[in-house]
Formats: sequence, C-alpha cells, structure tokens
Amino acid sequence: MPEPIIEIKDLTKDYEGKRAVDHLNLNINKGEIFGLLGPNGAGKTTVILMLLGLSEPTGGSIKISGYDSTTEPLKVKKITGYLPDQVGFYENRTGLENLLYTARLNGISGKRAYESAEKLLDIVGLREAKYKKTGIYSKGMKQRLGLADVLIKEPEIIILDEPTIGIDPKGINEFLDLIRKLSKDKGITVLLSSHLLHQVQKICDRVGLFVDGRLLAEGNIDEMAEKLFNNKEIAIKAQVSNITQDLIDDLKKIEGIRKVSYSGDWLIIKSIENVTPAIAKSIIAKGGSLYQLSYEKYGLDEIYQYYFEGGVRHD
Amino acid sequence: MTDIVRPFWIMVQKEISDHVRSWKFIILVALILLTTIGSLFTVLSIIRGNAANINSDNTFLFLNLFTTSDGSLPPFITLIGFLGPLLGIALGFDVINSERNRGTLSRVISQPIPRDHFINSKFVGALAVICVLVFSLGFLVMGLGIISIGIPPTPDEFLRIIIFLLLSCVYIAFWLNLGIVFSTTFRQSSTSALSCLAIWLFFTAFYSMLVQILANAVYRDPYSIKVLTLILSRLSPNYLYSELTTILLTPSIRSLGALSIEQIYGAIPSSLPLGQSLLLIWPHITGLIAASIICFGISYIFFMRQEIRA
Repeated sequence: MPEPIIEIKDLTKDYEGKRAVDHLNLNINKGEIFGLLGPNGAGKTTVILMLLGLSEPTGGSIKISGYDSTTEPLKVKKITGYLPDQVGFYENRTGLENLLYTARLNGISGKRAYESAEKLLDIVGLREAKYKKTGIYSKGMKQRLGLADVLIKEPEIIILDEPTIGIDPKGINEFLDLIRKLSKDKGITVLLSSHLLHQVQKICDRVGLFVDGRLLAEGNIDEMAEKLFNNKEIAIKAQVSNITQDLIDDLKKIEGIRKVSYSGDWLIIKSIENVTPAIAKSIIAKGGSLYQLSYEKYGLDEIYQYYFEGGVRHD
Repeated sequence: MTDIVRPFWIMVQKEISDHVRSWKFIILVALILLTTIGSLFTVLSIIRGNAANINSDNTFLFLNLFTTSDGSLPPFITLIGFLGPLLGIALGFDVINSERNRGTLSRVISQPIPRDHFINSKFVGALAVICVLVFSLGFLVMGLGIISIGIPPTPDEFLRIIIFLLLSCVYIAFWLNLGIVFSTTFRQSSTSALSCLAIWLFFTAFYSMLVQILANAVYRDPYSIKVLTLILSRLSPNYLYSELTTILLTPSIRSLGALSIEQIYGAIPSSLPLGQSLLLIWPHITGLIAASIICFGISYIFFMRQEIRA
C-alpha cells in the first residue's frame, strides 16, 4: 500500500468570483514523480502556491507529510523545495553566494552549507560557473541553479512549476533526466507542472490532467487512455498521394468511421473499430496510391488533444 | 523561536550589503558627503571671520555648525531636509517590485520563513543603513568642528545634536516607507520612483504655495490667515521636520506660533533648556513617527494580501 505524502481534499480557490480550482482531490505517494498536466491558466500554479501555504484556499484542506499547508506553512516549507516558473536569482551575486543564502535561510550554515552547495553545483553541472554572477547565466543555467537551490535544503518533496520553459531541447532532456535520477536516488517525491505533455510523459510515474480548475483524470498513461476512451475510439493515419473530396466522402460512408480530416498528404480518420482494410480498399478504388497506413491506440497525445482542443468536460 | 529569528537577521544582513554595494547608494552618499563638507567649510570660515565677536557668554556656538550659512551653500540641517528624502526614496522605491520582477520573491518566500520577514527585513535593513549614514555624517561634522574651532560641545549641545540626528533618521524613514508603499503598489520600479519623487516635489516646492493661496482665499484678517497657514503647513512632513530641527538646534527660539504682547511682556530673553525645547516639538516628533509607521503599516498590509505569483 503506497503511502501518500501529499493529500489534497476538496481544494477550492475563488479569485474575484471566478473559480480557479474546483474541488480538487488528489493524493501523491512518497517517492513518485507526479505530473500535473494542463494548459496555461488551468490553475496549476494556484494549486502549487496553496500547497506551499503561499496562497489561502477558499475551501478544502491540504496535508503535506501530515502538516497542514494553511496553518503550518513553515513546517511544510521546511521539507518542500519549490522551483517557480520564472525563477530568478540575485544578479549581482554569484551562483554560489545565491545558494549559500538559501542554505542559511534554511538553517544550514558554515562549512556544511559550503560543502553541500559545492556538491550540488557539481551535480547540476555548474562547477565552472559558480563564481560567476547569476546576471550572466543563461536560462538553462538558471534553471539548473534553481534545481540546486531547491535541493540544498534537503527536501522530502520538490515542486517544479513549468521547469522546462525556455530551455533548448537538449537542455530539457538533460534537466529531466537529472530530476528523474535525483528523485530515484534520494527517494524525493516530485510534483511537476507542465503544459508540454511529451516531457511529462517521459519522466512521470503518474500524471493528472488538470483543466479549468478540475482534475479530469489521473493515473498512468495507459490507465487514463482506458478510462477516458472507454468507447474505444481509435485513430487511423494514412499517407495517400492525392486526397480528393470525393475520397473523403467515400470514406465517411464506411461503417464505424466518425470523422475524417487531412493535413498535407496524411488522412486522419477517427473510428470506433479497426476498419483499416475497408479504408485501404476505398483509397485504391478511387485511384490513390497508399504509401502508409497506421493504426494507433490513444496515447497521451490524443488524450491531450481531446481535452485541450475540444474542451470536453468529463463529468 | 530562534529558528524564526535567525533567518530574519540573515535577510537584514543581505539587505544591508545589497544597499551598500548598489550604485544608487554610492552616488547619493558621495553627493551628500560633498555638500556636507562644503557647507561645513562655509560655516567654519564664517566662525573664523567673526572670531573677535565670540565671547564666553555666547553659548550654543557649536550648534551653529549645523545651522549657519552664508547663502552660498545651505546649512547642514537644510541639506539633510532636502537630500534625506531622496536617500529614503532611493533605498525604498524598488525593494518589493524589483524582487517580484526578477522572480526572487517567490523563491525566497518559499523558504521556511514567515511571509512578513520579507518586508520587515527590507525596512530594517534600509533603516540600519540610513541610521549609520546619518550618525556618521553628524559625528563627522562634530569632529571636524571640534578640530577646527577648538571648542567642544557642551553636554546640552551634544544631546541636542544626538536627538536631531535621531529625528533625521525618523524623517528619512518616513520617505523610505513611502517608497516601500509604492514599491508594493506598482509593478514597475520606474513608476514607483516617479510617484515618490512627485510627492516629494509636491511637498518641497508646491505645498507651501498651495497653503498660502488657500489660507488667503478663506480668511481676510492676517491673524486667521497665519493660523490656518500654520495648521495646514504642519500636514507636510518637510515642514514638520524643518520646524523641529530649527527649534532643536536654535535654543533661542521660544515659540512656534505667534505670541501676544501679554505673553512676551516680562519674559527674560534667554535660551530654552533642552527639556522645554523638546516640549515645544513633542507634537512634531509624534506626528513624524506616526506618519512613518502609518506608511509602513499600509505597505505591510498591501504586501501580506498580495498574490505571490509574478
């Protein structure tokens, strides 16, 4: 039985009459990496701020490692590291000085602070830059320094808000691998929020889909696909030489097909069952050349599209 | 308890070192230092030039170091009255919004510290810098004075100077707090700096004119005009400070308002003792402290209620 370290119950937050978070219920287990996935403005940052006791909930409760975030924020902040989405450092100080300051605010000082700062700077790959002022750091370096800054307090939980924004693709991969490694090595629970699903998919044990203040679904990716698409809708993609309106009309007549669309020379067909033979037959009958035909079960990509583009509510 | 108190002093330390290293502070200090030394030299040359007229009965000679001028450079008290607010504003106008814009606010506040540590440490840090600066300037003037005229201050004079320096800190703290209020209200540092300077300019240049016009419009007889002018003028922190320093450093001034013939009749034309001078300016002192605390209170409430997100 996994033991929850973050317990959110009926969490609600109103902003000027608008409901930003709507009865959120969520448990996050010790040692897991949880991805809070949702479009911009879904209320992810609001949830995170409430977790840290930096914003007061309108209703509901949050327990982090047994402490109430609203009434005991100091204890929560002692064991929780937070990397904000727009992380900033004191630009006229060096990376090392910035880290030491955070360490001292957490009651770690002297030699111990210095040693652990040096070690963390090595881990995040900023050994060369530690005596340089953070004003000249690139976005990726700042983000890595941010990770060191979060880790220096030796937290049980780290919360990363949009950690990959503004970093180049290579940097993103390195950064996420680092998070994954640190989490697994030290048993740190990670909650990360993102609107970029591929990154979340890559390192998370579980994800939660969070749209308009509601948690639409949670679980690992397979579970979610099953839960959301119990009507067994599938996607078929076909690469065809010449797509005509005639062909599309023809395809729509096939039983089971719900929707046909195309982009470039790709046909995208949504269907409730696997009707690839009928599709192939139809394309050839219309004189088209079929180069590729693939059948896809729903992944996180489709789930994401389904919710964020269609804006469908799952009640 | 020490777990909560210690981070506070760490934050204050950081504030102080930030201020001391910043260019705006260095430039202002250079400016203040230059003008102070300039005004001190004019005063000393006046005193030397009139050395023959100085006799042992002329008490409070030492205070002249702070108040006398030949018109080319203002005396020390006017200088502090003028440049002090600038210093306060310069230290206060961007304390909150710059941290918010740089993204350091949310990072620092997510450390295990109470939220108000942030704004309190900003205030205490800047205040410490101000106090050190004001007192070192004051002692510098005193020291150079003793060296060049050779007469030490009497205990009474020394106390007056200390109280004057303390109240100067309170006065500058008022402008500091005004700066902090605007730095919590406005996102842009430039907006908050301009707003502070606008208020400062209003009180230094335009307020007295406005009061004159208003008083003349309301009353016809000179006495009522005078009374109303005085009441309205005292709403301005600049005016309060200038009255307060004048009384404190010029013990021969016996009253702040108009005196009737009956009151003057029979009075011995001597200086006031320190206690009596203080009594005269007691309302000013409380007023200035109150204004300063109210400003800080407003910024405190603003800050505590504000959302943390950038």
